[in-house]
Amino acid sequence: MSGAVSLVPAASPADGFLSRYEGLTQRLPGMAEPRRAAADILRRRGLPHVREEGWRYTNLAALADVRFHEPLTEASGFVPDTDLPDLDGFDGVPRLVFLQGRFSAAESVLPDAAIVRSFAASAEFGVLPQPERDRLVALNTMLAEDGAIIEVPEDTDAGTLLLVSAGRDIHGTPIAFHPRHTLRLARGARLTVVEIHCGDGQYLNNPVTEITLALHARLTHVRLQNESPEAFHLATIYADVAADASYDSFTLSTGARLARVDVHARLAGAQGHVAINAAQLLRGRQHSDFATVVDHDAPGCASRQTIKHVLADHARGVFQGKIEVAQAAQKTDGYQMNQALLLSPDAEIDCKPQLEIFADDVKCSHGATVGDLDPDQFFYLISRGIPREEARAMLVRAFLGEVLDMVEDERARAMLDRVVDAWWTVPV
Amino acid sequence: MLEIKNLSASIGEKPILRGIDLTVPDGQVHAIMGPNGSGKSTLSYVLSGRDDFTVTGGTATFDGQDLLAMEPEARAQAGLFLAFQAPVELPGVGNANFLRTALNAVRRARGEDELDAAQFLKLARAEARRLQMPDDMLRRNVNVGFSGGEKKRNEVLQMTMLHPKLAILDETDSGLDIDALKIVGDGVNALRAPSFSALVITHHQRLLDHIVPDAVHVLAHGRIVRSGGADLARALEAQGYAQVIAEAA
Repeated sequence: MSGAVSLVPAASPADGFLSRYEGLTQRLPGMAEPRRAAADILRRRGLPHVREEGWRYTNLAALADVRFHEPLTEASGFVPDTDLPDLDGFDGVPRLVFLQGRFSAAESVLPDAAIVRSFAASAEFGVLPQPERDRLVALNTMLAEDGAIIEVPEDTDAGTLLLVSAGRDIHGTPIAFHPRHTLRLARGARLTVVEIHCGDGQYLNNPVTEITLALHARLTHVRLQNESPEAFHLATIYADVAADASYDSFTLSTGARLARVDVHARLAGAQGHVAINAAQLLRGRQHSDFATVVDHDAPGCASRQTIKHVLADHARGVFQGKIEVAQAAQKTDGYQMNQALLLSPDAEIDCKPQLEIFADDVKCSHGATVGDLDPDQFFYLISRGIPREEARAMLVRAFLGEVLDMVEDERARAMLDRVVDAWWTVPV
Repeated sequence: MLEIKNLSASIGEKPILRGIDLTVPDGQVHAIMGPNGSGKSTLSYVLSGRDDFTVTGGTATFDGQDLLAMEPEARAQAGLFLAFQAPVELPGVGNANFLRTALNAVRRARGEDELDAAQFLKLARAEARRLQMPDDMLRRNVNVGFSGGEKKRNEVLQMTMLHPKLAILDETDSGLDIDALKIVGDGVNALRAPSFSALVITHHQRLLDHIVPDAVHVLAHGRIVRSGGADLARALEAQGYAQVIAEAA
């Protein structure tokens, strides 16, 4: 490789997606114009590249090597067997189940208190997404076939709703799907969404979720990314939080060969609250990039981020967290902590905190720690006869406990605990 | 029970133990006393298998087995217990969960059935009460926010639960008030049996008023310079180490 930086972008890995868009364009739901505009962005700029700020740590080149198919043609007939995840403890909880990105009425149970429409029937591309800046969102916009539009009316507590995505290849052919979800909570509404991603074989799951919370609304968003080890998971979430509203999210990432989660949260009204917490448990050659942008645009808001990585083998974890405090956002209280436990000398963590503060009366703190298991703690455990693997698991659980404890929903917490426990059945 | 012959160990290039000979027969309690830096804690760490010390010579046999060839967890499973001088804190690890995991690991090694949560709690609560520890110490995280005395009592609780063949108490008396000292002493005395031995490392005579040793050894500069009966501890308390060590030299 020469030292010179080429001004011409490398061959765009979006070419395959663009040619499929040309073939499918007549059959995609909703207005054609946003899709045309998105295709134009991808034609001009391709997918994000490692030379771009924000993508330095995550290389999407592997996507270009896979010849994906969009599953649209399968929609009317054949549906492959797809194992649904373990939903123990969620008996009687309404659920929206998507197989290869398509809504499955047979597997779903609609909620009473929330209004659900399908993107396939009434496609809407929302107002928050920025396809020009976020080109995975352009990719989604160009090819989105289905998704859920969920609305909770004023002062309604809609309880818990499961949003399940199960993906898989079809007869060995890799599938790409681009779900487009919208969550709208009206004034004073409440909802807990437990989002589960799982699957088998090689596929790309590229969901975009737009979240709008009106005054006093509260959304708890628990996400489990437990995709197939060969899958690509590229998720983008936009959340707009009005005054006194709260968006409380937690993501556990254990799956996928390559994952990227982008969360853009905007505190648009005074006294709003945002929590974006995450844990990543990675092994083998897994790569998972968790990137957040929190915009404090109004005074007196709080944002909390605790991100913990447990990295074994050659796994690579990334956290990029940006907090932007506008001039009007006085009395902002921002907190960001990134902690990594490296269980192998070949594991890698990259961490990039960024604070941009234009107000003068704010409290913003961030920190990062990277380390191995504490040898004194480890010795204490084994000196009591506890086998090494068990001792290691106890200390990792303890490390994760701080962030897992932030998940207050008991059923969701129990599910996450099961996934973390299962992680140990494969020796590190 | 424990037979140490000409044991030498160093940390990095620095020799700490310089040829220790010590035999603790079954059913006996021996005390090791000595000034700071004499190698008392190093001896306890080497015997329990801490890997930041290098054994440079000699042997240690525990119950007929080559102790130095065993991993720390195997030593514990075989019945060795170290009560730490400075027990570490384990944030996020519940004390009851920790104790039960340890107890079940040791029980498995002994070929005994594991205890379920209810069986364990019944046992642990009874032991904790005997040591006059509040019940909530089992619910708290291991040693987190414990006072110095509570940490030491928690060590004794672990010892009485795990029921070792050989307990090494590394300055378990430091930081204890008179009442706690008696409780710790009672905890050790309750274990005293023909199949139980202990090595009590201490600076002071005080603990030995409660746990009367069968023998007292004085450690200085990495060697045992003098051995005697329980009265040696009283002589040390009265005269100080300097004179005893000087006499021995």
